[in-house]
Amino acid sequence: MWLKRRKKENRRFLPVREQKDPARGVFTRRALLFMAVQTVALGELGRRLYKIQIEDGDHYARMAAKNRISKRLLAPPRGRIVDRYGVALANNKENWRALLMPEETTDVTGTIERFSSIIPLDERDRTRIAREMRHQRRFVPVMLRDFLSWDEMARIELNAPSLPGVLIDVGTRRVYPEGELLAHIIGYVAPPNEKDVARSALLALPGMRVGRAGIEQSQDDNLRGTAGSVEMEVNAVGRVMSELNREEGVPGEEISLTIDRALQQKVLNAIGDQTASAVVMDCQNGEVLAMVSTPSFDPSLFDSGVSHAQWIEWTNNQRTPLINKAVAGVYPPGSTFKPAVAMAALESGLVSPTDRFFCPGHLDVGGTRFHCWSRWGHGSVDLHLALKYSCDVYFYEVARRIGMERIAATAHKFGLGTQLDIELPHTRTGLIPTPAWRQAHHHHWNGGDTIVSGIGQGFVQVTPLQLATYTARIASGRAVQPHLVRAINGEIGKQVQPDHWPTLDMPDRYLAALRSGMFAVINEPHGTAPKARLDLPGITMAGKTGSAQVRRVSRALRESGHFNSANLPWEYRPHALFICFAPYDSPRYAVSVVIEHGNAGADAAAPLARTIMRDTLLRDPVTHTTPPPESVADASSLVSDP
Amino acid sequence: MKFHKRLLRAEPSFRLMSKLWRISWLYILLICTLAGVGYVTLYSAGGGTPYPFAAPQAARFAVGLVMMITIAMLPPRMLIHAAAPMYVLSLILLVAVLRMGHVGKGAERWLIIGGLQVQPSEFAKIALVLALSAWFSRISYARMGNPLWLIPPALIVLVPVGLVLKEPNLGTAVIIGGIGASLFFAAGMRLWQIVLLLLPVPSLIKFAYNHLHDYQRARITTFLHPENDPLGAGYNIIQSKIALGSGGMWGQGYLHGSQGQLNFLPEKQTDFIFTMIAEEWGFVGAAAVIGLLLMIILGGMIMAIRCRNRFGRLIALGISMNFFFYCLVNLSMVMGAIPVGGVPLPLVSYGGSAMLNVMLGFGLLLSTWVHRDSVDDEDEEDANKDLI
Repeated sequence: MWLKRRKKENRRFLPVREQKDPARGVFTRRALLFMAVQTVALGELGRRLYKIQIEDGDHYARMAAKNRISKRLLAPPRGRIVDRYGVALANNKENWRALLMPEETTDVTGTIERFSSIIPLDERDRTRIAREMRHQRRFVPVMLRDFLSWDEMARIELNAPSLPGVLIDVGTRRVYPEGELLAHIIGYVAPPNEKDVARSALLALPGMRVGRAGIEQSQDDNLRGTAGSVEMEVNAVGRVMSELNREEGVPGEEISLTIDRALQQKVLNAIGDQTASAVVMDCQNGEVLAMVSTPSFDPSLFDSGVSHAQWIEWTNNQRTPLINKAVAGVYPPGSTFKPAVAMAALESGLVSPTDRFFCPGHLDVGGTRFHCWSRWGHGSVDLHLALKYSCDVYFYEVARRIGMERIAATAHKFGLGTQLDIELPHTRTGLIPTPAWRQAHHHHWNGGDTIVSGIGQGFVQVTPLQLATYTARIASGRAVQPHLVRAINGEIGKQVQPDHWPTLDMPDRYLAALRSGMFAVINEPHGTAPKARLDLPGITMAGKTGSAQVRRVSRALRESGHFNSANLPWEYRPHALFICFAPYDSPRYAVSVVIEHGNAGADAAAPLARTIMRDTLLRDPVTHTTPPPESVADASSLVSDP
Repeated sequence: MKFHKRLLRAEPSFRLMSKLWRISWLYILLICTLAGVGYVTLYSAGGGTPYPFAAPQAARFAVGLVMMITIAMLPPRMLIHAAAPMYVLSLILLVAVLRMGHVGKGAERWLIIGGLQVQPSEFAKIALVLALSAWFSRISYARMGNPLWLIPPALIVLVPVGLVLKEPNLGTAVIIGGIGASLFFAAGMRLWQIVLLLLPVPSLIKFAYNHLHDYQRARITTFLHPENDPLGAGYNIIQSKIALGSGGMWGQGYLHGSQGQLNFLPEKQTDFIFTMIAEEWGFVGAAAVIGLLLMIILGGMIMAIRCRNRFGRLIALGISMNFFFYCLVNLSMVMGAIPVGGVPLPLVSYGGSAMLNVMLGFGLLLSTWVHRDSVDDEDEEDANKDLI
């Protein structure tokens, strides 16, 4: 019975009308109204969902991609620096670092303690690690130690089971295989500071370095390269889930220098432990083949941080190891300045090469006596003899006649006292003084100032590189500029072609007169630098000595006849200078040598310059595209080679 | 003791099988399907493993299922007896949570009883449905016309609303008020009474806004302008919309939703689980889930209409409305249509307290269905005698 009734009830979807309870009718109507409201409400939500998911889907999909893809920059490897034959001078070496992944160890301090029992950590390391630990998220590795040796790395690997979370990572570090030999030219790199980072975001990447001196600094933009990038899928807290796309950066460009590493070494050997600088240049195109400044320093110390004691030692050393004397050392040129004065005289038209002046050993001007280096004088000298004997009185007289402005103008044309285009930072300009310059400093220019300037003393100051450039210009007649960068990424620059350089605005016959005078200095009897004579068959060289006083010698002392500058304390002795070029008949190489407090150019600098020139000629780097053998046993092979 | 005897007499055990037969297994299938969706999504939220979300949730659902079917066997007269004690218990819990509750994120307050997290405000909803249904089932339609008879049920609603507001949990308070109002309406409240009640509502809202807590106002402001604060309070809304939007029509594929898998989604396993569904299964999957929810809601409403006793009708309607409000608030929140408040998606979101409360509600709903043909007595007094 009840079964039958239930079936009947079930068939009815709507309830039986309960006449006696009006509430049921109301309830049913209102419940149906609720159902309608519920259906509409959820339908509206569905419509809204459609709008978000389908109509605006692209917009949100883009936002989602941005959300999950994190783009990070990859540090590009820094470009190499090589010499003219491709010998690496600055290179990148793998740098093994020990990192700690804090989330992979349960006992961070314990792990660090065990690590330090294997690889000692000093107090500086510990505070740095503690600081990084506090600031970084637990899945970002913290560096424990940098610059691990192979041996240290092996010890860490061996103890890996007791060092959970410690991993070895490879970065790069800058290495300078030649060390001190080229430290002044190559320079060094250091981690970027905040100012650098503000200039280029690329530098914020770990492992990036900025050139702080030398070619590393001047060619920093070329060496740096372009950053690569890696796109990684990250979650909301920044943990890397997977790598999606990797774009390798463009490594920095390789810089080929004009330097011949082997020649550089020979020059350094020749200098020995003197405080000196020497520049070897190609006089036809201005390539700097060797540039040595002693003493030097170890550039690799900068990458890992220079100790305070080392820094103090360097900066207090009166031999200034950190300064590249070839470009940043300024010296009075002394007698090496005389060819420039001679050229100024010839150009002025006031003096002809054959004009003779009498040298009694001194010149009296306005009550002041200016001495010649020779107490007995040189007698009657013309330009050729004046250069050969390095007669001071001749040049006093010439300077007095033509005036300082003309001397300065010619000296500037030779590159003296000018800013050269060398690719090195921190160069000095030196100075060719003029009355105008003196007045600008509120001093009166005396006639005597012109006279002492005529022999390269007084206020005249030049750098060894300027001297080499000056010599090269005399030898080649071209306005060559010295340069160190020969090729970038194998592409040889235009400046290497001799035609690139304009000829000097000076008559050839005057230049020939200077060359001939400089030839006489070395090769004629009674020249000042017989010690510089080459022993190579068929090749002769021309040059000029110079001794630059750093301290005025009193008349009384000079006249006593007992004056010998070699007896002075080292720092008061005159600088010894020598400039030369060779071969005389077809000039190719120019050399300048400055030995600080070397006393006499003829005795100290000339033999050194000769050795350097001899090495250069034997090696002859300009005519070789592949490195010549380190030593040439038979010099005669050179003779047949023009 | 007396109570038990009565139960045995009224519902002899030999009728248990027939009662089980009368359960709507189709409805249980719908519930299980929804729980299945929850399991599958929690599996994905756990990174493609049953732990830490999916497996415990499944275990809780199994417990809830047994509880639900057990409650479905209980006769209305027993439920009506339980109404008052449960209501009082819920008030005690609400007061207790105010005194010594733990504050979760924002304002969800809960108590720990015997190692279980209990959210008294969830329980209060069920208790309120029971209490109101019990009250309205005892007064005739004619009596509803007299406003005096509406004062006690109004108090029944307002006391828990006030306590929940004090927690302060605005969202749940509004839902409790909504459930109460819909029961008033369904029970036969006169239209003029409704109009009279609605008149002061605008000024009440204004008054309420002035007394909102700062964080509640912040929620409303960020909801209105989420872009102003993309990493702060607006983060949830923006990330949630991004996840929905990147799902597209067919979704990014199961276990491949980037937003959810990469943890951009806030509370992806609880309040925002719907965004995971929408991202991985696309509009098609998400719309299907909304359809499933609607079927469960409408199914409950049909059961209410079909029920032949007043008490059962009101319970079924109240429970369905409760479920409806859960879905409405959660989905609106996820889609950025209303300010964010800690309301889970029933049966799908991870969490024990909400799951057990929802299953308790479905148990009551199924009980009214099983006993749908118990008829109220013609005479009100008699009906009351029979039921009490």
